Amino acid sequence: MRDVAIIGVGHTKFGRATKSSLELFSEAALQAMDDAGVTGREIEALFQGAALPGFEEGQVMPAAFSAAELNLGPIPAIRYEGACASASVAIRDAVMWVASGTYDIVLAGGVEKALLMGTAFATRTFAMSCHSPTEGPVGLTFPGVFAMAARRYAVEYDIPLDELREKMAYVSIKNHRHGALNPLAQFYKKMGNLKVEEVMNARLVADPLTLLDCCPFSDGAAAIVLCDADKARKYTDEPVYVLGTGLASGSALSKMGDLTKPVSRVESARSAFRQAKLEPKDIDLLEIHDCFTIAELIALECMGFFGWGEAATATEEGETEIGGRIPTNMSGGLIGKGHPIGATGASQVYWIVKQMRGEAARGNQIDPVPEYGMTDTLGGDFGTLCHLILGRVRRG
Amino acid sequence: MAGRAQEDIEKELSKNYITLSYAEYEEGLRNGKLLGLRCQSCGRITCHPMPVCQWCGSRDMERVELSGEGELLTFTVIRVAPEGFDAPYVPCLVKTSEGPVIIARLDLPPEETSQELIGKKVKMSGTYKYEGDKYSAGAHVCPVFKIIE
Repeated sequence: MRDVAIIGVGHTKFGRATKSSLELFSEAALQAMDDAGVTGREIEALFQGAALPGFEEGQVMPAAFSAAELNLGPIPAIRYEGACASASVAIRDAVMWVASGTYDIVLAGGVEKALLMGTAFATRTFAMSCHSPTEGPVGLTFPGVFAMAARRYAVEYDIPLDELREKMAYVSIKNHRHGALNPLAQFYKKMGNLKVEEVMNARLVADPLTLLDCCPFSDGAAAIVLCDADKARKYTDEPVYVLGTGLASGSALSKMGDLTKPVSRVESARSAFRQAKLEPKDIDLLEIHDCFTIAELIALECMGFFGWGEAATATEEGETEIGGRIPTNMSGGLIGKGHPIGATGASQVYWIVKQMRGEAARGNQIDPVPEYGMTDTLGGDFGTLCHLILGRVRRG
Repeated sequence: MAGRAQEDIEKELSKNYITLSYAEYEEGLRNGKLLGLRCQSCGRITCHPMPVCQWCGSRDMERVELSGEGELLTFTVIRVAPEGFDAPYVPCLVKTSEGPVIIARLDLPPEETSQELIGKKVKMSGTYKYEGDKYSAGAHVCPVFKIIE
């Protein structure tokens, strides 16, 4: 298999968009192509994440129309659906196809336009990535899934629930702090200075999670141009290499075993590390799937950055902030930046690449620039997990 | 004549791979029974049903009725409901006495819930009927449990 490089990235403003999904994706794609210095004629295939376009705009098969809108010609264009991990799944497949030698240059990314659906219908459609035959009639929601996981976390590690809620609040405070500094974020210039009590006393969404424990519904798109690593320097002086990918699948929540140690997340992260021949201690920066505060803690532990039950206190002590052991979600994460579900994985890659170029927003950029970064993207109630490890140097 | 006889193809189609269907599981719930499958290979219980054993993957399973008793593993109170549901309500995970964990609702007013409920003994007390919407393939039920200690 060949090495694969990212040579261009693009990202729309996240939040409420008036443009259609096709236009949002085109905007991100054209930015990425400009950034890479490639023309439409050079793009050989399109890999697009989109979770719920049929419900949002009555559009299925959006990838073909995206390729057409960009006048890419009759190239293969495929939509990927892995719920909130759709874009990461698309990117992973794009990497495989370039690594296999089938294509030299491809476009990958994702798009979502969820805000128009309104909270009740958006909650209904998002819940479709729960196990429909058994979790459907219960009326389970994603905040509900992670609320149940938070209660188990408190039991497993013998932490009083209110103490855990306080520790969880530090995830929200951190991610909103960085989201408020990110001009592309849904909450840019908003909630940059939250207090623990504000998070804990916000309106309950699913006990014990409050609104400020949750990411928002969002519109937006992000895209990247991937290239055979041997040709990358023709296009850019700063290629970012995809060193490892992982993908794993889960089950209905009830058959998952321990909700605080989802096997799908552990396995996906491990396979990415194996492929990259790296360990957690080698990684300088994370963009992880903080759909809820508790989700960030579970992710950090499953990926091996902290021992079981240790991420909550480590977060409270600043270990995941700039200058800490492993800066996490310096873009604002899903909580501060927004979560257009089909685009999120590509947004995570975008911000790792920007960090590697030293181009993240002031207050969010780590110094020195990271050598290695990693993304974690979750779809459904641990049904689809995807990890990507990126680096500034090629594998040895 | 080239090709395969229609009767042979039909015979192959008639082979049954599903020992207990979701519809039969729901029908059981409506009759107050929690149905599952006992694996003839590893002896463990699968519930909700699957085509193969949830523990060892064996296809050799027979139907059984579970006791409907178990322990409350976790729960939440949904305050922001999906379209088609009226908040608040209380989803939960129950670890059945027979081993498998199932998703259900807890029959308890939201204001009476607290973290201390986790670990309490519960028993199936009925079903919740979801009327369904355009995307649910009709109406469905889920089990409801009550605290018994």
